Amino acid sequence: MEVSRHWRLNKQRYSLVGEVCPHCEHKLFPPRDICPDCGEDARDLFEFSGKGSVYSFTTVSQAPAGFEESVPYTVAIVQLDEGPLVTAQLTDLGDKPVEIGTPVEMVTRKLRSDGDQGMLIYGYKFRPAFAA
Amino acid sequence: MALNRPSEDDVVVAGVGMTPVGEYWDISLRELALRSITEARQGAPTLRPQALFVANMLAASLSAQAHLGTLIADFAGLRGIEAVAIEAAGASGGAAIRQAFLALKSGSVESVLVVGIEKVTDKVGPLVDSALATGTDADYEGIQGITPTTQAAMLMRRYLHEHNAPDDALSGFSINAHTNAVTNPNAMFRRAIGLKQYHNAPMISDPVNMFDAAPLADGAASILLTRRELLSNNSQHPCIRIAASALTTSTLAIHDRPDPLNFRAAKQSVENSLNMAGIGIEQIDFFELHDQFSILAALSLEAAGFAERGKGWKLAQNGDIQLQGEIPISTFGGSKARGDIGGATGVFQAIEVVRQLQGEAQENQVPNAQIGMSQCLGGMGSTVATHIFASDG
Repeated sequence: MEVSRHWRLNKQRYSLVGEVCPHCEHKLFPPRDICPDCGEDARDLFEFSGKGSVYSFTTVSQAPAGFEESVPYTVAIVQLDEGPLVTAQLTDLGDKPVEIGTPVEMVTRKLRSDGDQGMLIYGYKFRPAFAA
Repeated sequence: MALNRPSEDDVVVAGVGMTPVGEYWDISLRELALRSITEARQGAPTLRPQALFVANMLAASLSAQAHLGTLIADFAGLRGIEAVAIEAAGASGGAAIRQAFLALKSGSVESVLVVGIEKVTDKVGPLVDSALATGTDADYEGIQGITPTTQAAMLMRRYLHEHNAPDDALSGFSINAHTNAVTNPNAMFRRAIGLKQYHNAPMISDPVNMFDAAPLADGAASILLTRRELLSNNSQHPCIRIAASALTTSTLAIHDRPDPLNFRAAKQSVENSLNMAGIGIEQIDFFELHDQFSILAALSLEAAGFAERGKGWKLAQNGDIQLQGEIPISTFGGSKARGDIGGATGVFQAIEVVRQLQGEAQENQVPNAQIGMSQCLGGMGSTVATHIFASDG
């Protein structure tokens, strides 16, 4: 059981809360408190829009423990509209093939379960976003 | 530029030993380590190691065994000496050699044994993939169900996309590695492959197919290091020195890099090494790079400066990386065909470089090998350890 470990990341997992550097306006996700760009303190919270596009992706058929029931699943690096890259599964793909550049948006889904008695861990995934 | 001249305080190789890479069902981690230690110590029977650095990545996860420094020192008949394990994922081996180099250069110790050991085949399937995933960012990568294979696949897809390269652009790395492994008795896969086999290989994590990914297996390698002034002069081998040693880091997660296809730590590590050795990249005669995935070979060649960005794959297409080529790589089969021994990789690479420089590579010999470079990667270039070895000529 690792309840605290996942609980303390709720803001990131559920709402993509990162940081913005007050000195150089660099947007940071995940939050890291020290701006990698200018080296200054960067603790101002910033909630990302959850919009982005696929930078790259692959399909996982040989999963690590805890993810076997999801096989096959698609993992991507998503470029958020605000700049940062984030690693996340893609979901709700339907029949349309994913491509580099496919627009996506963040949704909340089950990431994994810790066995029969364990807790379910929820967090961000991304699904294709279609022009409204 | 000229290579720095030999000096009395050079860190030099006193002995090497390695086991074949494969599946050792019948012996344990400590016994496997001892085999390579025994062979390495035969190179200098009177030189008792004063310190032991053990390179390992997966024993805590797959063998429920940490504390390898003491375990192996005791088992190898070296009870009482300084001993510690060094972990930097796939770069552990290079990191341990780096620590040995620093310890010897400091003057605090006079002989160091570096042992790379990985014993992975007691477990199979998802547990192995979980163990490998511990080398990624657990909170932000691991939780999404990724492994190093997933990461390599995403880098490879992006690489092929950005550089408009054909689907089989990276095939040459695998074909070269398998060709060189045929004549390496320590290699796990000693069969040559061709483009047809590459095209027919099952997909593991698209676009990474079976021949783009190295098979993880058991193995141990040991290298005994000392300073030149302490080495007896009656060795039958030419003296090999470490002309440069460097370890650099980048971000752990690949999504934390502005440009994931730019292996900045690898570039810096090579630059630091060349500066220390006093040479230019064109003076490197061969390069044992870390081809755990074929995409890593391409990106490492580009980061080191052997090819421009996006052109690394062409070195594998035109023969430049072959034993007789401009910049031979994976000269004994690399991780791809010798076998991937995880955190022990850097020690295997170092020994392969030493054998080339001693002129003892037999059918795998690179002609006129005087200066060789080894480089191992932790994760997708998150940690990079680079060493330049040179023979006294």
